[in-house]
Amino acid sequence: MKLRIVLLSVVATLTALPAAAADTVKIGFVTTLTTPAGAIGRDMVEAANIALDHIGHKMGGKDVEFIVEDDGFKPEIGKQKTDKLVKQDDVDFITGFIWSHVLLASKKSALDGGKFLISANAGPSPLAGKACHKNFFSSSWQNDQNPMATGEVLNSKGVKKLYIMSPNYAAGKNMVSGVERTFKGEVVGKDMTKWGKDMQLDFSAELAKAKASGADAIFVFYPGPAGPAFIKQYEQAGLRGTIPLYTVFTVDALSLTRLQKAGLGGVLGSWNTMFWAPDLDNATNKRFVADFKAKTGRYPTHYAAQAYDAIMLIKSGVDAVDGNTDDQDGIRAAMSKADFPSVRGKYRYGPNHFPIQNFYLRTVKADANGDWFVSYVSTVLTDHQDTYYDQCHL
Amino acid sequence: MDWTLLAVQLLNGLQLGILLFLLASGLTLIFGIMDVVNLAHGSLYMAGAFLCATFTQWFDSFLLGLLAALPAVAIIGLLVELIVIRRLYQRDHLDHVLATFGLILAFDALTQMIWGPDGQVIPLPAWLDGQVMLTADIVLPTYRLAIITTGLLVAIGLFVLVTRTRLGMRIRAGATNRTMISALGINIGMLFSIVFGIGAVLAGLAGMMIAPITEASIGMGNQIIIVAFVVIVIGGIGSIKGAFIAAILVGLIDTMGRSYLDVLFKLFMSAQNAETSAPAISAMLIYILMAVILAVRPTGLFGPRGH
Repeated sequence: MKLRIVLLSVVATLTALPAAAADTVKIGFVTTLTTPAGAIGRDMVEAANIALDHIGHKMGGKDVEFIVEDDGFKPEIGKQKTDKLVKQDDVDFITGFIWSHVLLASKKSALDGGKFLISANAGPSPLAGKACHKNFFSSSWQNDQNPMATGEVLNSKGVKKLYIMSPNYAAGKNMVSGVERTFKGEVVGKDMTKWGKDMQLDFSAELAKAKASGADAIFVFYPGPAGPAFIKQYEQAGLRGTIPLYTVFTVDALSLTRLQKAGLGGVLGSWNTMFWAPDLDNATNKRFVADFKAKTGRYPTHYAAQAYDAIMLIKSGVDAVDGNTDDQDGIRAAMSKADFPSVRGKYRYGPNHFPIQNFYLRTVKADANGDWFVSYVSTVLTDHQDTYYDQCHL
Repeated sequence: MDWTLLAVQLLNGLQLGILLFLLASGLTLIFGIMDVVNLAHGSLYMAGAFLCATFTQWFDSFLLGLLAALPAVAIIGLLVELIVIRRLYQRDHLDHVLATFGLILAFDALTQMIWGPDGQVIPLPAWLDGQVMLTADIVLPTYRLAIITTGLLVAIGLFVLVTRTRLGMRIRAGATNRTMISALGINIGMLFSIVFGIGAVLAGLAGMMIAPITEASIGMGNQIIIVAFVVIVIGGIGSIKGAFIAAILVGLIDTMGRSYLDVLFKLFMSAQNAETSAPAISAMLIYILMAVILAVRPTGLFGPRGH
């Protein structure tokens, strides 16, 4: 009997050992896979898997274990899933994160748990400023940056009166403050609409106000499922042709696929800004876009591009320490160099680990096959750094 | 005061109210007559939207898609009644809530399996996609006027059905005293199936009407069902007239709150505070209304007296 217990415990120890010895690099990926926003998460996971294929599922000579979790578009679920990745799976890196409010709710669990946290989309201002952390990195942007680029575009297009609409949550507020920071004209009206799983999707009252406000442009931030809904109602209200539309994170490959399927051509020719475009001319981007299209039959979104870069960023860190994931200082030093082939081309990191990068004006047009996509037009901001970095003391 | 904007916003409020009525009328019938709390009513709304999207793509016509989706939703409603709801009549409300909440999850998962996580866009025919000039200044999207017209026609149809037909008489009798009408030899099982089917079709129709504006998306019914419950509580459970008046009231208050509350708040607080607090307060307005009405009339505006 005693022998059996001893034998059992030996067997148990032996089978438990591989996990403890950490000869894999573990990456947790928290994103939204259910709810109408689930299409975004699916896009990101797709892109991360393409990145893993490109590197042969190896980093620093070790196999990569990739664990995907669904946050259900809710901050509290995102935090629970992050806790699970930290405590149960004991991952080395946690990445993903579409939504600023989910990231803000989850960051403490990840960072206090001694893990690297890499946002592949959300860039809330606290994490760029006072609440920055040595183990937090962004493979995307700070929320304010892209709308700041739009503000410059509005100035150059001679817009004097602007009407702003955005969802009422952390990122929405950042987007509004971003465009207000660079736009030199007058903001004649502003609506912050309800957001989350029970988001407002009917904008009749807001569009009527915008129309009556005498604005000569509308700026909106409606990511995910709200984007196509907004654009359709903007057209149904007859505003196309009277008040031009400028968007951030609203028109992307996901919404364009749907809009094209439904033949809603009003989005063609509309303007938006972004740090990346599918036709940005560099070798990494060409390979990524071609492989993504081969796998899914459509263009990647910026969410996908950021997820691809997040995996490559992690690889650059793990490669530098030859797979010794306990050497966090080494990984951090390597990652803050941003020395890896990014789909956006070369970029740098600021002291808060947010990218210093270019922002481009893009427009929607049809490619040679007739598929709609967002195409590079011109460079709006060069080597742009967020405005919160000097509040970050690492 | 911009009177044109006010008129447009009143029409927008009316349109939202009409949609709520389509949803709430079925809910109030099911709750009032069958005494079943059906949380999954919103799932039928979603089913209507998705089916309409698919049929519209097949037939390449929104109207044909709508006509095909209506009986499809009726069949789904009858199946749900037959398989799940029928087993709940003898049980208490907590069991209703549990079972129909389970139905919501099942419907959401099923929709994701069939259609994927993407929303479904419903393209409108050109004659519905434009704008109508009511006066020189009041211009409204044609489709929103179409929603108002359809909703009013359905409301009239329901009113006639309930007050002028034998079936309506039984429905009213069922709402007042269920035991008595079954004692009088009315097939109560059949009556319940019909009522649930009507409710399903109305909910599905509401989903089909809204989908060309917002898209068909997973879980779209779960948000609006809460507002629909507010409507039937305000209107009085079981009363179609109450549901109609309460739905229009809620639609108007919600739209007016979103339109004017920030302007109102700016009169006595800083612009920044007004911008932050107005959306929060306007989202609460309908619940405040419900609380006030419940305090004054605990059974709602047109609630049953001796239930």
